[in-house]
Amino acid sequence: MIGPVIGVLFDGFAYGMLLFLLSVGLSVTLGMMNFVNLAHCAFAMLGGYVTVTLMNRFGWPFLATLPFAFLVAALVSIAFERILYRRLYRASDLDQVLLTIGLAFVSVAVAAYVYGTIQQPVQMPSYLRGSVTILGVGFGIYRLFLVAVALAITLLLVAALEYTRFGAQVRAAVDNQRMARGLGINVDGAFAFTFALGSGLAGLGGALAIEIVGLDPSFAFTYLIYVLIVVSVGGLGSIAGSFAAATLIGISDVAGKYYVPELGAFLIYLVMVVLLMWRPAGLFGRR
Amino acid sequence: MSALSTRGLDKSFGSLVVASDISFELPQGARHALIGPNGAGKTTLINLMTGMLRPDAGEILLGDEEITALPPEKRVTRGLVRTFQINTLFPNLNALEAVTLAVCEREGVARAWWQRVSAYPSAVDEAHAILSSLMLGGDCYRPTRELPYGRQRLLEIALALATRPKVLLLDEPAAGVPRDESAELFAAISNLSRDITVLFIEHDMNFVFRFASRIIVMVGGRILLEGTPEEVAADPRVREVYLGKSHRDGVRHG
Amino acid sequence: MMSVTAASPHAYLERQARWTWIEAAFWAATLLPFWLTPNYLVLASQIAITALFALSLDLILGYAGIVSLGHAAFFGLGAYTAGLAAKHGWGEPITGLMLGALAAGIVGYAASFIVSRFRHLALIMITLGMGLLLHEAANSASWLTGGADGLQGVKMWPIFNKFRFDLWGYTAYTYSLIVLFLVFLVARRIIHSPFGLSLRGIRENALRMPAIGASSRAHLRKIYTISAVMAGIAGALLAQTTETVSLEALGFQRSADVLVILILGGAGRLYGGLVGAIIFMVARDQFSGNTPQFWYFWIGALLVAVVMFLPNGILGGIAKLASTWPGSFWRGKS
Repeated sequence: MIGPVIGVLFDGFAYGMLLFLLSVGLSVTLGMMNFVNLAHCAFAMLGGYVTVTLMNRFGWPFLATLPFAFLVAALVSIAFERILYRRLYRASDLDQVLLTIGLAFVSVAVAAYVYGTIQQPVQMPSYLRGSVTILGVGFGIYRLFLVAVALAITLLLVAALEYTRFGAQVRAAVDNQRMARGLGINVDGAFAFTFALGSGLAGLGGALAIEIVGLDPSFAFTYLIYVLIVVSVGGLGSIAGSFAAATLIGISDVAGKYYVPELGAFLIYLVMVVLLMWRPAGLFGRR
Repeated sequence: MSALSTRGLDKSFGSLVVASDISFELPQGARHALIGPNGAGKTTLINLMTGMLRPDAGEILLGDEEITALPPEKRVTRGLVRTFQINTLFPNLNALEAVTLAVCEREGVARAWWQRVSAYPSAVDEAHAILSSLMLGGDCYRPTRELPYGRQRLLEIALALATRPKVLLLDEPAAGVPRDESAELFAAISNLSRDITVLFIEHDMNFVFRFASRIIVMVGGRILLEGTPEEVAADPRVREVYLGKSHRDGVRHG
Repeated sequence: MMSVTAASPHAYLERQARWTWIEAAFWAATLLPFWLTPNYLVLASQIAITALFALSLDLILGYAGIVSLGHAAFFGLGAYTAGLAAKHGWGEPITGLMLGALAAGIVGYAASFIVSRFRHLALIMITLGMGLLLHEAANSASWLTGGADGLQGVKMWPIFNKFRFDLWGYTAYTYSLIVLFLVFLVARRIIHSPFGLSLRGIRENALRMPAIGASSRAHLRKIYTISAVMAGIAGALLAQTTETVSLEALGFQRSADVLVILILGGAGRLYGGLVGAIIFMVARDQFSGNTPQFWYFWIGALLVAVVMFLPNGILGGIAKLASTWPGSFWRGKS
């Protein structure tokens, strides 16, 4: 009787970890520069397609493709930041929304043109398939892997933020940009690096997502909505917030679909609207 | 009965105390100045009085009415009005539209959506008259963002006057105004009706000594002392904290 | 800007609100499809409906500064209400239209209490969320809405008992155009009123408004409700002229499309939504064909171009060019 509940909780948590990887970059850069980047999930999609190409076209093993999914997404994001984004840091919310939605549209069209609109078939290596039974409950191995990766990255991020000088600079810039500049912190440089890191993590998330939710060109928009929900519920600029919100959303979504399938996605939208009305800056946000 | 008074206002952000036990009174028709070094909490005090910040403790009275719990727009309707240290204007509206808007809001007419603005000639006339009295009549059709800085500062005051204030809080009205545009500003301040009670924050000591009959000195969130300009100028504590430096330089603070 | 040194404030304001010959020419041109492109009247009525929807968004976005990613909720509400009325036996168009407007208006009024309290990202997300919620609810309530299959059996009666909805779209276009024009007149009145001025004030500097005694939230609630009513009318028109309603009337795609249309034409200029609708719908009809990905590529590229180079949309770009021409050209007589 407990079995299915734990199973649902675990699946929800794993899904939440995936959402966390996809969202953490956007949360931090939104908190730092207030730049609304709705093309964020296009970078995730890019990471996914990198993995697909490397595996299916060039026969690479799955794990080897992951660092490349991260790198390519990070590098492409740097290019976009240099060429387009940095001109709009002071622009209105609306302009940023429109520019980045436009870029997302373009990326979806390009993906559809190059890869077609069907879901990409990808074979996970045998050691990641199947499940393991602990105390009578089945846990999918891939999901365990996903959770492990996400937790490892979370620890790395938190450690970097708390214990390195760069991390301190990022925290200062998120807290009060003007003051940070005044103290001589290179906010623009910190932002560019954080942005690349966040986009890279999204790319990694996109690659890891293929096995859980599949990959097709609509990914850039479908998961954008989830990511936006996580970011606005968790609060801008907060890793802890993203983690908490992603877990909450992941579990609500999986549990909702399992126990009350008629409600569908209704539940998380409702959770988001109610939470935002109660705390417009998100659970851990300021302002 | 004083025009505006506060009793024991306190405000802190975490461990940062920005206002501590602020109590003072502004008599009817006063011309008082609030001075103090940067970070003393002067603008914070204005924000507390106008309702943009909630105090942790204390009361604010406008006349004999307690307004501590009122939202900002209600305080304006009751006659407590402020101008901003940094121009907070409507960039793409022209001066006529902006002041007419303020007059319409005051008259409760801003809700009317069926008639054109030109169907309310008294509002338009009043707006134009206010602008003319501040030497802005000729520029009134230009969008605000095209006006020179000094003119924009005057428009700040025009917007405040359009609300028919009883108590006017001017936050550094001369800040950033170049020397050649300051004459009009000074004239505008001198011409303020004696029915209006004025409290202004300023760093420019020439300005302060010219217009203020009484000075309040704030340091570190507290009121250090209050007195006539002569008393304040002679007080060694003030000199030490603030006055000596800018008096020696004789330079306008921008 | 044009030199108006000698004009009195009253004359100036009068002139701002007066009808120009360009406006008259625009409306006259909307009659051309009857003669020039009689085969495309169905498309023309779709354009008129989209233009009306874009106009409703302009009032909240272009004039009051409310960024909404969920405005299709009201469009869909109007559509389903009018469609359901007709399906269940009351096919009279004009009253059906009013029912759609009423339904959208009531929900809009309720939502306005939430919407007026938030700004920036929270507002964008809340409007997005509310739109998605309604879409999901409509999807689930398939006993009412027909779910993914859409609403069937919508049968409209002739307008005034005389004008039947025909296959060529004559009635549809005439009906949509007249409704568009009437609602436009109301919108135009609002813009030139003191209320319109206060909306622009909120958009220009929300911080200053309480400092001049304005209750911004009350203003925002009012315009949001009015905008919801107009969007509902547009949706009802769609249901009535196509005799069908589907879930996409409430969907995110529709909310995003109308946003693109408004930005393309230029927000805050009253005609921006109309011009944007014409260009967008005609282009989509011509180009989207078999490969929707090409369409989204160009729309995306266009959005990027508009934001980078034409921030006030097409009408804004034209206005900039036109400001080099003498003022008398535009006003006719001064």
